[in-house]
Amino acid sequence: MAQAVEQSKKAAGSVIIIAERCKGCGFCVEFCPPEILELSSEYNAKGYHPPVLTVRDLCTGCNICGMVCPDFAIYGYITKKKTKET
Amino acid sequence: MAEELYDIEVAVPENPIESFLRMDRMPHIWCPGCGIGTTVNCFARALETSGLDLDKVAIVSGIGCTGRVAGYVRLDSFHTTHGRAIPFASGLKLANPSLKVVVYSGDGDLTAIGGNHFIHAARRNLDMTVILINNFIYGMTGGQVAPTTPIGASASTAPHGSFEEAFNLPFLAESCGAVYVARWTAYHVRHLTKAIKEALLKKGFSFVEILAPCPTLYSRRNKLGDGLDQMVYYKNSSEIKNGAETKSVALDLQGKIIVGKFVDKERPTYIDAMNEHFRKRLGDRYIPSDENKEPNPCLERKSRSAASAGRASF
Repeated sequence: MAQAVEQSKKAAGSVIIIAERCKGCGFCVEFCPPEILELSSEYNAKGYHPPVLTVRDLCTGCNICGMVCPDFAIYGYITKKKTKET
Repeated sequence: MAEELYDIEVAVPENPIESFLRMDRMPHIWCPGCGIGTTVNCFARALETSGLDLDKVAIVSGIGCTGRVAGYVRLDSFHTTHGRAIPFASGLKLANPSLKVVVYSGDGDLTAIGGNHFIHAARRNLDMTVILINNFIYGMTGGQVAPTTPIGASASTAPHGSFEEAFNLPFLAESCGAVYVARWTAYHVRHLTKAIKEALLKKGFSFVEILAPCPTLYSRRNKLGDGLDQMVYYKNSSEIKNGAETKSVALDLQGKIIVGKFVDKERPTYIDAMNEHFRKRLGDRYIPSDENKEPNPCLERKSRSAASAGRASF
């Protein structure tokens, strides 16, 4: 239970990647604070490698990737975890 | 007792800045690794947090890579001739003082071709926000030497390297009378967003210089890697010095970058000075330029047509 409460205090989030807009500059991969993004081996229609989220649990939804992305192709958002009291 | 965890989606998963952009014009023309898109991102977020009425914000750009911003932002926008973004913006502000006018353009556009307009708008303290993207070169026209190209950097019109002293833009802006001067890089997204917000809310000539990588013409020609390498250089070589003397913040080729908010002072704006002066000289005969009152051409037209109708029935 203690662990669950501990986890509930942590910020949690995720990212949405719009792969077709990506130009593969790698800004989000370089400046992701928990370093959980990497360029995938897949190609998009323009021939660039879009990023992928590797460890979803570590994402805090800080949106640094969304701020540095010059192509508006990625953004982070917060999903809040709440502890249900009975 | 805590029993189960469940997720609540707080933020709607929709890119929050899409509402600020003309998404039908995407993808934009900027190269992979160019920093201009990042600055637009920060600008959109600053605009969102500033609480300004978006119907009252107008954006004016000149020509160049950065000049394309006016076409991509969903605001009243004006894509003007080369170097003349500030004159157009001045006219806009004086004719409709209720607007918040933002000039968004590049270093070549604002300080070379439009350098004269830049210094005089700062001298008059016209109430506008100038966001200058400095990529050290003329990007769109093919990488020619700009007034900001550092000594030693190669450009298409200086194949053996530039030997001219480059502009120190914060110093130029401060010495001409700007009331808010800051410099950040495309790497400092949070600081930059805050600085743009402050500049938007500041009354008077506020100036934000943003260093952004030009991977295609500047970095590649000078063998500095791609856009990402330039961003890493900004990260490693920047030093935040708020309130630093602008005289000491000149840039050199791949040297140390001093960033921060350098100037934040108060000075009467052009419109305030004009109102005060003519009120003193002309007294009641003078109708002041009111920033809270919007000129309404529709009403004017109506009253004029009503007057003419009146005359006709006479």
